[in-house]
Amino acid sequence: MSPFFTLLARDIKLAARSGGSAFLALSFFALVATLVPLGVGADLRLLARVGGGVLWVGAVLAALLSLDRLFQGDFEDGSLDLIALSPLPLELTALAKMLAHWLSTGAALTLLSPLLALLFNLPPAATLTLFLSLLLGTPAVSAVGAIGASLTLSLKRGGLILPLIILPLLSPAVIFGAGAVSLTLDRLASGGALGLLAAFSAGAVLLSPFAAAASVRLNLGG
Amino acid sequence: MNWLFRYANPHNFMRLSNVLLPITAVATALCLGVGLYLGFTVPPDYQQGSTVLLLFIHVPADVAAEAAYGAIAICSLLSLVWRHPLSDIAGRAAAPFGAVFTALGLITGALWGKPMWGTYWVWDARLTSFLLLLFLFFGYMALWNAIEDEVRAARAAAILALVGVVNIPIIKFSVDWWSTLHQGESIVSGKIAPVYLAPLLIMMLGYILLFVSLWMLRIRTVILERRARTLMQRSAA
Repeated sequence: MSPFFTLLARDIKLAARSGGSAFLALSFFALVATLVPLGVGADLRLLARVGGGVLWVGAVLAALLSLDRLFQGDFEDGSLDLIALSPLPLELTALAKMLAHWLSTGAALTLLSPLLALLFNLPPAATLTLFLSLLLGTPAVSAVGAIGASLTLSLKRGGLILPLIILPLLSPAVIFGAGAVSLTLDRLASGGALGLLAAFSAGAVLLSPFAAAASVRLNLGG
Repeated sequence: MNWLFRYANPHNFMRLSNVLLPITAVATALCLGVGLYLGFTVPPDYQQGSTVLLLFIHVPADVAAEAAYGAIAICSLLSLVWRHPLSDIAGRAAAPFGAVFTALGLITGALWGKPMWGTYWVWDARLTSFLLLLFLFFGYMALWNAIEDEVRAARAAAILALVGVVNIPIIKFSVDWWSTLHQGESIVSGKIAPVYLAPLLIMMLGYILLFVSLWMLRIRTVILERRARTLMQRSAA
């Protein structure tokens, strides 16, 4: 197997095993979706109206939970130094870690979202839009998040500062993602919003390996 | 680029700013004084009445806030690409002023919004993107403070600032597309009445000069602090 896929498989395995992040992210997502009706009331029409936005915010926050460990664990036990010394360019290392994070959180959250949409009384068309928007948008969360994770990888309390850094940068994903669901609810075409969301994701995935690699490099003192 | 690197040497910067700072400080006082005087003497707007005064406080604060982020971005580029040592200090020094100008813009905007729109806050495109800009400043400052090693902190903060530069237009367009109440641009297109334009431009210049003066003063203070620290370490050794 090529180094890229070896690293990818290793990170996915770490996320899936006990104490890994995938299950925690899914539980967190489901819990947010449970608490919101308790907070705003169980009016099904209201829940359908806010459902898209709530599930989008919940998905972003759930993906954020495990993000601070993206590079930190490997940095602390020294394996990041070895990975950096391997023939795999650091940019591809960052991409592999990003992809592993997306597969273990973003993709899993996307698969869970139709079930939670049911709890929010979203009509089938809006559920489909929510599913598509999460599928297109969560890669941006992992990509922008990887920049934040690499910037804070040497910090002991990196998990506290990470949301402050990346949530403002992720606001377009929430706006377009939740916006697409609202458009569908209003029986309008959501293609434009989904297209912009996909463009944002593509740009983020394309550019962030370079930014993340640069900040990993400076943290390794190179 | 040579002139730029002359001022990578703190000594040269100190000499230059020693001359420039009194000039910009006096110019700031003049601009703000004249601008405020003109602002208080303009005729009331036919719709907004005397609240048009806020125009001369609110708009320049927003311009200064954006200028501060631009300054941080340029400093970050200089520090990442050319390892310009002074620009690390300069970028960090600009951030608190940028945050204060952003907050000032938001607060004066809220006070203006209450009589004009009937509410302090609306989730409008311009307001939202400025609120996000405030958080970007906070994130930049927090990252600077969190990393102990100053060289690493400078470069990490610079990367963050440049990522923000890529993202700011996207944030702006996304919120523009999302919902809008705030009025559009009216200065370059000449829609603003000339009687309001003159004090506005003077106030803008005044705010920018205020930012530049405070910024220079802060950079000078940081350089002096470092010199003092070095002297103390030397005398202790």
